[in-house]
Amino acid sequence: MRRADSIRDPATASRILLILGSFALLWPLSIATEFRPWALFESESIQSTVRFLGTFWPIAVDPAFLRLIARETWRTVAMATVGISLALVLAIPLSLIAARVLSLSGLTGTMDRLPFWIRQSVRWVLIVLRSIPELIWALVFVRVVGLGPTAGVLAIALTYAGMLGKVYAEILESADQHSSRTLLRNGSSRMQAFFYSLLPTCAAELISYTVYRWECAIRSSVVLGFVGAGGLGQEMDNSMKMFAGAEVATMLLVFIGLVALADRASATIRRIFG
Amino acid sequence: MKAQAWGLLAGLFCLGIASFMTIDLQWQAFLSAEAFASMGRFLGEFVPPETSADFIQKVITGAWETLAMSVLGTLLAALLGMLLALPASQPRSEARAWARAPVQWLLNALRAIPELVWASLLLISAGLGPFAGTLALALHTAGVLGRLYAEALENAPAGAAMALRAQGVGSGRVFFYATLPTIWPQVISYTLYRWENNIRAAAVLGVVGAGGLGQLLAFHLGLFQMHKTASVLLGMIGMVACVDALSQQLRKRLT
Repeated sequence: MRRADSIRDPATASRILLILGSFALLWPLSIATEFRPWALFESESIQSTVRFLGTFWPIAVDPAFLRLIARETWRTVAMATVGISLALVLAIPLSLIAARVLSLSGLTGTMDRLPFWIRQSVRWVLIVLRSIPELIWALVFVRVVGLGPTAGVLAIALTYAGMLGKVYAEILESADQHSSRTLLRNGSSRMQAFFYSLLPTCAAELISYTVYRWECAIRSSVVLGFVGAGGLGQEMDNSMKMFAGAEVATMLLVFIGLVALADRASATIRRIFG
Repeated sequence: MKAQAWGLLAGLFCLGIASFMTIDLQWQAFLSAEAFASMGRFLGEFVPPETSADFIQKVITGAWETLAMSVLGTLLAALLGMLLALPASQPRSEARAWARAPVQWLLNALRAIPELVWASLLLISAGLGPFAGTLALALHTAGVLGRLYAEALENAPAGAAMALRAQGVGSGRVFFYATLPTIWPQVISYTLYRWENNIRAAAVLGVVGAGGLGQLLAFHLGLFQMHKTASVLLGMIGMVACVDALSQQLRKRLT
């Protein structure tokens, strides 16, 4: 054992240098984020934390409140579902336009200039749609259409149209193109090539990605409530502002349950189609 | 199998219909000509973005703060996630396997609550500002990374670790010299992937008062200062694009 102990790690010096170097890098970061963990343990913040956490138990279970929560939970799910449906309405045509596989002029090797630019600009639209987070879209739409689920639905629809459109186009392009090319070469229309060759090949992948995104949308529709889009998030925000810990605790539990349920449902659906 | 699949699709379709029926979507609020006009007017107010040197400076500071939040939050999450992944990946045959289930529950709970909800909870103990945002990112991401690390640990080939253990090397050193190097590429790629996500999340956390570009955005949008809002938005998009490119490069080099 003593001999094993005396064998030194030959890389000791460089490891220590690496660790010191990363601490030197972390220093400016911790200044920028006002990183003061000890502030958590000052008596004042401990007191307010303990007071708030103390109100968590017992959790709120009066029937009127539970009815409200049930309604808002459904609204959260509905917001996500409607958002994804509208996103599909946008994403499917956009991805069909963007997919290079369905190019007639591309069959010869190089795409004509006009179709190339049309595809490129659709791609840019998709990038812009998804690079703005849904919360920001929601903030903007709350200003335009007013408070309520409509703003949340629109925010989800636009962001997810960007994500779905991009990934749909990628899935179509990564599919085996032999049959679609053969169809296009022999004079079938692009829609025929899509419905009879690409769609049957990719359907499983397309469905499972959509279901996965639906699960993500449920998560984000809770968050959207925090900026006034209704649903569970808005109730949570209200209760938090009033320091009603018991209500917050109930809603957190409901939320964790909802996410777990969506997770399970989406895994099952993907397994069946996958 | 086939019937099950169609049944599920029908179920999803019904869910969709029920959602549309109950949500009182105000179609005319966003599909009428009037709505398009008002939306156009609204977007028109964004132009031109504010470009005074002072304000650009503020946006850059905000972007730096957001970046710092995401980096520090991800690093803390990686540490915490690894600490939690060790008990969560304990083989069931081991004596210490009792910690497995509770830690996995903890990881699930950490993961299920989104960053924004963590942030608004943490505002109470950490106060307004980027510190609360950093902690919020760290907690949610620790749940995500912990689960991924635990899976990596469980699937790692045990050969090197067994060899060291057979020599009587302590469990700490077995971890650092055998297990960790085996899963290192996966750890790096999961962590980088979460960092990309966290940049986006950090950018919006400010909306509930947790610092960074989001706080700037919520502030100026709240005051209807559209030119400034436009600059902040452009800064946000630019930052996300830069980080995506950087992270892709890092991923190529490190994995």
